[in-house]
Amino acid sequence: MNITFLLNGETVTMSAPPTLTLMDWLRQEKHLTGTKEGCNEGDCGACTVVVLDTSGVRALNACILFMPQIDGMAIRTVEGFGGNHPAQTAMVEHHGSQCGFCTPGIVASMVAGHANGRTDHDNVLAGNLCRCTGYAPIIRAAEATTGAPKPDWLDTDREWATNAAPAPTTVDELAQILMENPNATIIAGATDVGLWVTKQLRDLKTPVFLNKCAELKQITVGADAIHIGAGVTMSDLHPVIDEHLPSYGELIRRYASVQVRNAATIGGNVANGSPIGDNPPALIALGATLHLRRGNVRRELPIEEFFIDYGKQDRRPGEFVTGITIPKSAPDLQCYKLSKRFDQDISAVCGCFNITVTDGTVTAARIAFGGMAGTPKLAKTVMKSLIGQPWDQATIDAACAKFADDFTPLSDMRASAQYRLDTAANMLRRYYAQTQGVPTNLLELRV
Amino acid sequence: MTVTKPLPHDSGSMHVSGAARYVDDIPMPPTTLHLCFGQSPVAHGVIKSLDLTAVRAASGVVAVLTAEDLPHANDVSPSIHDEPLLATGTVHYIGQPVFLVVADSHLNARKAARLAKFDIAERTPILSYDDAIAAKSYFEGGPRTWEKGKAKPAIKSARHKLSGRIAMGGQEHFYLEGQAAAALPQENGDMLVHSSTQHPTEIQHKVAEALGLPMHGVRVECRRMGGGFGGKESQGNALAVACAVAAAQTGRPCKMRYDRDDDMTITGKRHDFRIDYEVGFDDQGRIQGIIFDQYTRGGWAQDLTAAVADRAMMHADNAYLLPNAKITSHRLKTNMQSATAYRGFGGPQGVVGIERVIDHIAHHLGRDPVEVRRANYYAEMGTTPAQPNTTPYNMEVKDFILNQMTDQLMETSDYAARRAAIADWNATSPILKRGIAFSPVKFGISFTLTHLNQAGALVHLYADGSIMLNHGGTEMGQGLFQKVAQVAAHRFGVTTDRVKITATDTAKVPNTSATAASSGSDLNGMAVLDACNKIRARMAEHLDGGAPVTFENGRVKWADEDISFEDAAQRCYANRVSLSATGFYKTPDLSWDRDAGTGRPFFYFAHGCAVTEVVIDTLTGENRILRADVLHDAGASLNPAIDKGQVEGGYVQGAGWLTTEELVWNDAGVLKTHAPSTYKIPACSDRPQVFNVDLMNTENPEATIYRSKAVGEPPFMLGISALLALSDAVAACGAAYPDLNAPATPERILKAVQKVRDGD
Repeated sequence: MNITFLLNGETVTMSAPPTLTLMDWLRQEKHLTGTKEGCNEGDCGACTVVVLDTSGVRALNACILFMPQIDGMAIRTVEGFGGNHPAQTAMVEHHGSQCGFCTPGIVASMVAGHANGRTDHDNVLAGNLCRCTGYAPIIRAAEATTGAPKPDWLDTDREWATNAAPAPTTVDELAQILMENPNATIIAGATDVGLWVTKQLRDLKTPVFLNKCAELKQITVGADAIHIGAGVTMSDLHPVIDEHLPSYGELIRRYASVQVRNAATIGGNVANGSPIGDNPPALIALGATLHLRRGNVRRELPIEEFFIDYGKQDRRPGEFVTGITIPKSAPDLQCYKLSKRFDQDISAVCGCFNITVTDGTVTAARIAFGGMAGTPKLAKTVMKSLIGQPWDQATIDAACAKFADDFTPLSDMRASAQYRLDTAANMLRRYYAQTQGVPTNLLELRV
Repeated sequence: MTVTKPLPHDSGSMHVSGAARYVDDIPMPPTTLHLCFGQSPVAHGVIKSLDLTAVRAASGVVAVLTAEDLPHANDVSPSIHDEPLLATGTVHYIGQPVFLVVADSHLNARKAARLAKFDIAERTPILSYDDAIAAKSYFEGGPRTWEKGKAKPAIKSARHKLSGRIAMGGQEHFYLEGQAAAALPQENGDMLVHSSTQHPTEIQHKVAEALGLPMHGVRVECRRMGGGFGGKESQGNALAVACAVAAAQTGRPCKMRYDRDDDMTITGKRHDFRIDYEVGFDDQGRIQGIIFDQYTRGGWAQDLTAAVADRAMMHADNAYLLPNAKITSHRLKTNMQSATAYRGFGGPQGVVGIERVIDHIAHHLGRDPVEVRRANYYAEMGTTPAQPNTTPYNMEVKDFILNQMTDQLMETSDYAARRAAIADWNATSPILKRGIAFSPVKFGISFTLTHLNQAGALVHLYADGSIMLNHGGTEMGQGLFQKVAQVAAHRFGVTTDRVKITATDTAKVPNTSATAASSGSDLNGMAVLDACNKIRARMAEHLDGGAPVTFENGRVKWADEDISFEDAAQRCYANRVSLSATGFYKTPDLSWDRDAGTGRPFFYFAHGCAVTEVVIDTLTGENRILRADVLHDAGASLNPAIDKGQVEGGYVQGAGWLTTEELVWNDAGVLKTHAPSTYKIPACSDRPQVFNVDLMNTENPEATIYRSKAVGEPPFMLGISALLALSDAVAACGAAYPDLNAPATPERILKAVQKVRDGD
């Protein structure tokens, strides 16, 4: 397909092979070698570039970004920052580079963060690994950029991107395309599918890109419900969820990294059926409704019913996820992500609890887990043992004993089966302790 | 003084603009070919047949090589020639290179490499410690023991006794730049190799052997690495040799870089260790006798395991005078990646062993671990020791300064008050528990293979007053080039912008040692100083017949003359004075009998200490480092900004080793944590929330380069205080000793909490 984009201020028009990554094209075709390959799977951030389109300025991992995805965007690589961007000068002055290999990506994340006025540097840089510095001087550099003037090229890039925005695809058109190509590989953010190409070296059959389907990118906040289009990125979703469902918002803050959240969509995270995706447990605990479409046939179902078995979802050939509806408020919702590392890590266990206690008695409970089975799954026996019982330690202890009835988790490199069972139950203890006012969140502790 | 200035890294502005070139960034001719290894899918077995038909037929494939196709040596071992570039009949680990694909693109080479059909008669792999011990699968024929005094009777007669075991994992280097090399055929069969290597001379040596050339036929260049940490001391050999062999056979330039998963699957990592201990001590916790059995899994080939295990033995004392000590080292051969050099080179593992023992003693006696540590310290420099102040390998410790450093850090970190406050806090917090711990480090500086303690340099002064500098050290981010440039600039009394730092090049300085063992600035700084001194002396001789001439602030002065440095250079050139010199340095006063385990293997010791505070969640084992206070001894620092960077980075890397970084192999020997998605090095928010780092900045009593000290490896061990603090937090959950193993992942911490609670 033919694409047009702006690269460091120069317009490029080309025919893009569908699974050529921006990183490979930059390095191998353009010899712009400032963008580094660190892991080729979106986990280290060395390939980070700054992208500007009508939705704003974003940092993205170029290693899992396919060329068709950048149509109509203004791209800045490290070579295009001007050499004197406040992030660049601060990194030198504060000794923020040692070996220098992660540095272009670090600078790119800082440039994007600076453009957006971000000062939560730990979040901005969570997707950029540095093995040399211990991050301290990088943070000092990031802090030094606060308030520094923004570069002029932001305006010219924005103007270009506004004028160059490609015509959107409608959902009707998308439905038609997928009916004609029922076995197409649907690509939204490519943060998962990207690895099929870069790691598994698969040739994708009939890739269909969703990035131009503007209708799928809408979030509608109603009186009681929020409807999220399948193409909404985790970054765009984050502030909305943060406002209405803060614990789910915190889960999204820890969902991968800025670069991944800027690309990854909620539809993709659900549709890929992964047992360790972080959205499904939260959505199941919320009682979300999933919307699907095949041709002109639309249907909806409780989201937990979508996940049939490991690798098997309730999605027919040609069918696609159009969106998800969740309640706007869930004051009892708590989401817990457990991983070896706090940021940019896949959950060993992700537990989401939505327990309603009325007059001291549990009147409703939805508890869902990722990482505990072949699919994201409700803890039905545990829920049953809670409902109708007094909200006290004895009820919690009894419910904790039921986890083994609901789950037979696997042991793998992230955690053992026993640890998963123990911590899943302990998450319920944590939930209870929170309701009793006992401090349980070590991320809130400061010295 | 140009030395001692906190100048930025020489490549800083190139790093931030993407202009700094690494091997894969070097423009290559369009005819360049790309390489990828086909890897063994089983951990141990004999290849019955290997069908490469599909590999050869794959798109873009130009050639496929197996061991039989290699024209000369098939060996990339840095030690005992037990590591073929391509497997010869038997495979020894999952990931071992078996064949080499040469293709027109990196992607085509990778795709083709997966198409081989292996028929392998599998043998039972040796993977675990116990399997290796049972099979007597040892390197060097068996265990190695050093003893000072009589440990067993000393333990027997001691008032208190303890025994225990600590297991600690290995560590993936995770240099951000993966392994890479490129080879360009030259006229007359010569080969130019670009390699991301800490050891250009070894690359030259191995390539020459593989091509059947004398060493002068091979030139190896390395401008910089995107991180090394020991992982590019020997692990780059395979790529460079593969490129050179393929380039020689095809007559075309060849390049190879490992995809990250291949890198982690093929290359060696830090040695994991299991250490058993028996210790006898008095009421104050003073150790009377100690027995260590250090077990390590070295993987399938010896690589540097012997030297790593030696250094673990040499650091089994850390900062403590052990009057009677018996240390036995078991170097186990297993069907895994060949464990290799990694920052600290066995030292950290030895130090973790003794720090665990001290912690265990303190817990047993109910004493503050800091008191017990101090009670066991070596005698301070300048004091008269009550008993021989010697290490278990009988080296006298003459420069120990941890008593005063500990005093200083106790005060600046407010340790005592915080420890009391944490105990109070824990009493009222049922779920979250905090912990605090102090740990010191004393690290021996020098290569323990004595002949490696030498370095060369080449300095040119051009007629316009500009200086070109070259030496045998390599730049991997540690700021070596900057520090050495400051030495040269200082010696000529000019600013560093006059000094051009050039790529490490075997054609400029020969027979170099690896940039390793923290030796870079010690050795190369002195070699450069020697070269600068020679040029200065020739200039002085010409300018004033050898009378005192000063080089300061860009001026050269003697008698009543005062001219600019460039005028001096021009005048010397015009009068036919040689303005180019080589420099050489060898570390003095070293002697080491490895078999007896006695001598003076180290020129001096570098020191450091840290206090770390953590919090754990006793429901999940999740944890955070809340605060770290560090005081480190870099001697009279050549560049305090760069040295502080080494300390901060070392601490976080050390803490990562002992917390989130877990290597997991399955029962078949597959490394399951072969990518950053599964292997978790510290991310930005994992650094201590409060991170106070100071340098001691006192002169090295030994005559090192401007009295500075080596700083690459020692601060890595400061991260051990994080493990001890986590153990302290776990200990707040009950009476039993936590026995926390490393890496202290949330899962291990929860297990320790459960054990302590159950009073096991």
